[in-house]
Amino acid sequence: MSGEPDGPEDRLRRFATIWSRAIFPVTASSLTRVEFEKELMPLARRLRDALGERTLDAPAAQAVGAALIGVHCTDPEALTRTLDVVDAYLVLYCRADEDRREDELRARCARLQHSVAAGFAQALRERTLVEQEAISRAALSARSAVAEALHASEARFRAVFHGAAIGIGIADLEGTVLEANDALVRMFGGAENLVRGRNVVEWTHPDDAPHLWRLYEELVRGEREHYRVEKAFYRPDGTALWTNLTVSLLRDADGVPQYQLALVEDTTERRLLNLRLRYEATHDALTGLPNRTLFFERLEKALAAGDGMRFGLCYLDLDGFKTINDSLGHAAGDRLLVEVADRLQGCATAPGEMVARLGGDEFVALTTGRDTAAEVDDLAGRIMHALSAPIRIDGRELTVRGSIGIVEGPAAGERSPAEVLRSADITMYRAKSAGGNRYELADPEADARAITRHGLTTALPAALERAEFFIEYQPLVHLGDGSVRGAEALVRWLHPQHGVLGPDQFIPLAEDTGLIVPLGRWVLEESVRQARVWQERYEDAGSLRINVNLSPMQLTHPGLVSDTVDILERFGLEPGALCLEVTESALIGADDDLLKPLRRLAEMGVDIALDDFGTGYSNLANLRRLPVSVLKLDRSFTQGMQRFPADPVDLKIVEGIVALAHSLDLSVTVEGVETGAQAEQLRDLGCDTAQGWYYARPGPPDRLHELALCDATR
Amino acid sequence: MERPAWAPQGIDISVPSVSRIYDYYLGGSHNFEVDREAARKAMEFMPGLPKIMQANRAFMRRAVRYAVQEGITQFLDIGSGIPTFGNVHEVAQAADSEARVVYVDHDPVAVAHSRAVLDGNDRAAVVTADLRKPREILAAPEVGELLDLDKPVALLLVAVLHFVEDADDPQGAVAELRDALAPGSLLIVTHAMYEGIPVPAARAAGTVDVYKNIRNPLIMRSREEIARFFEGYEMVEPGLVQMPDWRPESAPADEDPYAFSGCAGVGRKA
Repeated sequence: MSGEPDGPEDRLRRFATIWSRAIFPVTASSLTRVEFEKELMPLARRLRDALGERTLDAPAAQAVGAALIGVHCTDPEALTRTLDVVDAYLVLYCRADEDRREDELRARCARLQHSVAAGFAQALRERTLVEQEAISRAALSARSAVAEALHASEARFRAVFHGAAIGIGIADLEGTVLEANDALVRMFGGAENLVRGRNVVEWTHPDDAPHLWRLYEELVRGEREHYRVEKAFYRPDGTALWTNLTVSLLRDADGVPQYQLALVEDTTERRLLNLRLRYEATHDALTGLPNRTLFFERLEKALAAGDGMRFGLCYLDLDGFKTINDSLGHAAGDRLLVEVADRLQGCATAPGEMVARLGGDEFVALTTGRDTAAEVDDLAGRIMHALSAPIRIDGRELTVRGSIGIVEGPAAGERSPAEVLRSADITMYRAKSAGGNRYELADPEADARAITRHGLTTALPAALERAEFFIEYQPLVHLGDGSVRGAEALVRWLHPQHGVLGPDQFIPLAEDTGLIVPLGRWVLEESVRQARVWQERYEDAGSLRINVNLSPMQLTHPGLVSDTVDILERFGLEPGALCLEVTESALIGADDDLLKPLRRLAEMGVDIALDDFGTGYSNLANLRRLPVSVLKLDRSFTQGMQRFPADPVDLKIVEGIVALAHSLDLSVTVEGVETGAQAEQLRDLGCDTAQGWYYARPGPPDRLHELALCDATR
Repeated sequence: MERPAWAPQGIDISVPSVSRIYDYYLGGSHNFEVDREAARKAMEFMPGLPKIMQANRAFMRRAVRYAVQEGITQFLDIGSGIPTFGNVHEVAQAADSEARVVYVDHDPVAVAHSRAVLDGNDRAAVVTADLRKPREILAAPEVGELLDLDKPVALLLVAVLHFVEDADDPQGAVAELRDALAPGSLLIVTHAMYEGIPVPAARAAGTVDVYKNIRNPLIMRSREEIARFFEGYEMVEPGLVQMPDWRPESAPADEDPYAFSGCAGVGRKA
């Protein structure tokens, strides 16, 4: 639509250019000015046409004003500038009819401006209203979307609130419960009125921790945001509801405290389970008595009670329980323990008294108070009495006896539970050593001397390594001529704390732990070495023999024969100079397998002596099949001969045994000879060899030389 | 009871909104008195503010048309605000009727209005999401339905990054978006800066304070900082320039001096 230069189209375009240059700076249009000018061209044309009309076309001019709004000229300044341009240039550039009078055109132009302004205002008003309504509607719709989301969110949380397994309650700051979920109501028995509307401060319980209500006060005063406690409540039926309770303070937007929110977790079941586990951990499954763990706890408390309080402890061990267990079986043994436990419990019913089972057949009874010195004695008496009635098991009447060690003292925290128990244990052993079926009171001096089985057992291996063992020799004397024929090797333990210990104190322990094998080998080696020394140095003292004890475990050890042969060869001692002593009880019921090593040794020329003969109930006829060459009569036979005149029955028995032994080609040795009269009598009875204090106590090897030499030179 | 913290954020039209203020600058009436009050205050310090907005719109129009010329028909406009006139979908669909546009804004009123405007246009949609959470934008169902991220997309961040504070990691957010786009995609950015503003910086700071007071702080960044938003992308000629200087279609000399406040640029993913 270029048109010829200065033709009507060109003039119209020039008008539009002027117009667009005038209003473009006040538009918000993102078009370029040139693009914008193209938008104005149709409007300019309408204005030109309206100018040329015979009659005033006001609607056309109004449409032009409205169209300005359409191209986003909403700034009133755009109208001002438009009117300026129309006023100044419309007639100039757009008059088509040269005949029209100038003043007429000017008047028309002015009227058109009025209409443009009116159209602009009208359209701007419409557009403003539409946009205001649109934005309001958008705000409303956004709000209702939020409200819907809120509603959905609240519905979700309400579902969570009511469906939660954990109890949830909301109360105001005065403590009145406003809301409670189903779980909480169920915890309180199921009736809503027991929770909602109630005041939380009513829910006190005797087990409330002292600080619980202080925390509550701090929270409702706004000084604390939350607290967590373990708390009990009463259920309607009076039973306890145990909970983990977490209470939080809810504040409003300005931070002012408004409500308290409680999360309540029912821990009743878990607590019961814990109590049960605790019970099981602290009680003996067989008897239901408190066990060692619980007893130690109680004892620890009792010992630290202070304030003039005292304690008394009875440590009971049944006498001969092992025999019952072995002969009647464990089931019977267990029933016996249950019965004993029942009886013991009946003995300690006063406050401050308790009975516990430490294990096996060991029980303890504890009494506490201010007068335990008398009470504990009484308690021990009651226990002994309670045990005195026979216990009926499987149709048998069993007599149960016990040994009790008593410890009594001030609860001043001086001694640890372990120390007290050790003292009681030692004292109990003292009672048992004294024959059992009695009670003894602990004596600190005796305690200090006492050697516990446990202590010795654990010290044994190191003792062998550290060479704490040594051997004493007790001479064996020929009754016929009084000459020294040899010696029995007796092992001793030089214990760093307890001094010299005899074999009775540690050989059983070595048997139990298996240490007897290396220990026995060492004794044999040392004894054989010593015998060889005697033979070499004191040839003139005659052929000295050495007697060495074999324990039951050594007997069954597969290395017995080879070890013995090895040792004899190593030190060059002829087998005939060695006598191995085996107890009668170890050979009772021995089968051929057990006897085979002894036979091999005997065949080699080693003498085998039957030790402690007469203490067991061996079948005398059995003696024939045993590879023994010596009978050692137990000291109990010689005891009857210490008196004067000697017991004629004892004399007859010994005479009979000696006759029997000799008829089986066995020689007889007697132990425990303490007087010359005894020695004479035994010689008369035909005994071959003797040992005992009358001749010499066990001593170091050098003592034997002296005796032997002096004997030889006599 | 007070609204709990987990409930959705409410609508409070007594608080000015940057989208409605923007509309007011552009001569629209999609605004309330609180918005106009804030806008008038900001214009006390910088009377030519509307011209900056107009320059933004003009740049955006040129950039969209450039994108269509480059064969891109997918547009993701984040921080789209209140659609007044000359919107991305109008420009793009005028150039190519198959063009698809997804608008994103976090102002629920702006989104509601956009939804009304776009009603019936099945190639344009609006999503309520926040530039600070790009993963939510990329995961929005509308994005999945309208855009194929395996093909080039024009991502528009026009006059929006200067409303994200450094604490909210705008660089991280833009990087995540950049990484999600296919090679050939365009990143279209405008950003406010002190450089080029035709009033002393101290005076411009008065406008910045107005935005701070309405809790929508305007973060002025340097050209270097703005350039970092394009990291890994090649700058399209003429690079990061003042808005009227980006591929002008009319003589920049004719532009209002305020139009030179802030800068604009387009980057392309290799």
